[in-house]
Amino acid sequence: MKHTISVMVENKFGVLARVSGLFSSRGFNIESLSVGETTDSTVSRMTIVTRGDDQIIEQVIKQLRRLIDVIKVTDLTEDNFVEREMVLIKVNSDSKSKSEVLEIVNVFRGKIIDLSPRSYIIEVTGDSEKIDAILGLLKPIGIKEIARTGSVAMSRGVKKG
Amino acid sequence: MKKCNGAEIFIESILKEGVEYIFGLPGAVLCELYDKLYDSPVKFILTRHEQAAAHAADGYARASGKVGVCLVTSGPGATNIVTGVATAFMDSIPMVAFTGQVPTNMIGDDAFQEADIVGVTRTITKHNYLVNDVAELSKVIRESFYIASTGRPGPVVVDLPKDVMSAMTEFKYPSKVEIRGYNPNIHGHPGQIDRVLKEIANSKKPLLYAGGGVILSGASKELLELAEIAEIPVVNTLMGLGGFPGTHKLFIGMLGMHGPFCANMATNHADLIIAVGARFDDRVTGRVDKFAPEAKIVHIDIDPSTISKNIKVDIPIVGDAREVLKELNKKLREIEKELPDRKKWLEEINEWHSTHPLSYSKTNGLLKPQFVIEKLYEHTKGKAIICTDVGQHQMWSAQFYKFEEPRSFLSSGGLGTMGFGLPASIGAKLAQPQKTVINITGDGSFQMNLQELATAVQNELPIKIAILNNCSYGMVRQWQSLFYKGRYYATDLHGNPDFVKLAESFGAVGMRVTKEGEVDDTIKQALNMPKTVVIDFRIDRDEKVYPMVPAGSPLKDMIID
Ligand SMILES: Cc1ncc(C[n+]2csc(CCOP(=O)(O)OP(=O)(O)O)c2C)c(N)n1
Repeated sequence: MKHTISVMVENKFGVLARVSGLFSSRGFNIESLSVGETTDSTVSRMTIVTRGDDQIIEQVIKQLRRLIDVIKVTDLTEDNFVEREMVLIKVNSDSKSKSEVLEIVNVFRGKIIDLSPRSYIIEVTGDSEKIDAILGLLKPIGIKEIARTGSVAMSRGVKKG
Repeated sequence: MKKCNGAEIFIESILKEGVEYIFGLPGAVLCELYDKLYDSPVKFILTRHEQAAAHAADGYARASGKVGVCLVTSGPGATNIVTGVATAFMDSIPMVAFTGQVPTNMIGDDAFQEADIVGVTRTITKHNYLVNDVAELSKVIRESFYIASTGRPGPVVVDLPKDVMSAMTEFKYPSKVEIRGYNPNIHGHPGQIDRVLKEIANSKKPLLYAGGGVILSGASKELLELAEIAEIPVVNTLMGLGGFPGTHKLFIGMLGMHGPFCANMATNHADLIIAVGARFDDRVTGRVDKFAPEAKIVHIDIDPSTISKNIKVDIPIVGDAREVLKELNKKLREIEKELPDRKKWLEEINEWHSTHPLSYSKTNGLLKPQFVIEKLYEHTKGKAIICTDVGQHQMWSAQFYKFEEPRSFLSSGGLGTMGFGLPASIGAKLAQPQKTVINITGDGSFQMNLQELATAVQNELPIKIAILNNCSYGMVRQWQSLFYKGRYYATDLHGNPDFVKLAESFGAVGMRVTKEGEVDDTIKQALNMPKTVVIDFRIDRDEKVYPMVPAGSPLKDMIID
């Protein structure tokens, strides 16, 4: 099963390597990982999407907690949470497909953020399923390049995580 | 406040931590620090290889319970300690390893003798640091000793760039450590302890399975109490030996791959297993899904990540073994009268013991290693510190020496590092000068760090090195004999040196024993001599370690002989 794990860490050099190294050295797989500072500049938040059965996820979480620079680990999947990812998609632009592309972008509430004679760059935000869906629709038209941020996530309501 | 440089701060800080000995070997980037050591009260033990410095610090820690410290130079000095650090990590030994580093402005330039030791040791340390500002130095040292010695102990590497050692700042030693991501849980959950109490009261065939955590947390007394109050027999892991008195009537031996028949049968038939400071290593469990099939499993451990890692646990208790056992014993005493009598269970175990005792045959007239170890036991009354290397001699030591006290069996259990024994003996002897320290080793292992004879002789350490010389990598040869039709390959050591002459060339005493009749006298003589002694015991080459559970088989499927 897919799990989205929020990891609060010390904002120091080397911490990313410790976390990602933990995954690689134990053969755990990372689907996506994103990092950024929090309101406290000494703390960063990592959002890690990983897959595994319950036993593996339990180990992942316990091993993360073992790291000295890890302050807090929360498996958001156990709870009600929101998740967003952003993608930039460069697609071919030719007159034939133009209206189709615009329509898809509209439906997904995306934006065209760059326009050149040969291509557009589209920006879309949503959960991973939505992003997969728009990529699926644009594929036949001709995707040249994509860049995905990986998920960021947060639990709903007042509970911190 | 007076300003000091990094080297002075280093020395002030380790003195605050109560460091008495540093094991190490110098090099260019740490010259400033060594110059300051010259004037300090810290005793520096110069080894002949950095790996040995790390093992010696580890042996010192195992024998004393204090944090072991080593100090080596950058680049090759630092990479040479990797095996020693990994050895300490696998056995949860408190150690701080300081490494020199090139100046901060050259890091990343592939400078002369630069190695990214923080990167290299990331997965074999409990934590590590690169100190790039002298203002951080005292805090880092304070934290590293704290991290190494608390919770589940482990090694910490601290990388010290050359310029940081000469940079100036005010010296302040932090009085408290606060690390928000690190708060080990010491006290077990009372509700869980009550559940264990119930299980003990209901169990007909309980078994204590005690590991190295008992020794690390100083819980031997509490373990003994628990066993006695509730009449529960005890098996030890290799790392747990000495944590329970080896001659006690409730002690049934080491379990696992080379455990005696009765210990593995007891595990197989128990209806309740209480694991204390042990981690269900594959050498202990054999085939996991066939491990202790009848038993409910209680697991007491300070590290939550060991719980349900290999074996599904019914009642986990996260906490310090000593604290948890104290609580448990207090509550057990209140219901002592209601606890069932274990007579039948103990009889059953005795029966296994008497049908298949640990034994060996002396028929072929050759010197038997087990006999040598029995004699070492007799002459030291189970009170020596035994350091081993890895192989058959290690298992025979575990089987035939009866350890009476914690911190008396020092062996690389987790990593299985050949070459550990001699340097660890040096550390142990410095930690416990009044004790007899014996390195029981193999001819293969001894050659992995034999240069340390020089360190022992230079420091006048009267340690005894008993080489059980079978002229081969015996344990590997045993596997080849049992599982590969005797196709011996890469295990013959006929290029061995003359160990007696070798010892003499170092200024140590060399002795040789080829017959059973010579064993007693030679051991007596060696033990009575205030010198570093090497005894070359020429043992039967084909002697094997039995019983043996083939790797990956259930514990009950032992090869008896
Ligand atoms: C550093 C290292 N290299 C290789 C091994 C694999 N190994 C395990 S036991 C063994 C043979 C040990 O031989 P010896 O020290 O002579 O002891 P014996 O088994 O003969 O008692 C070897 C090579 C190891 N454990 N450690």
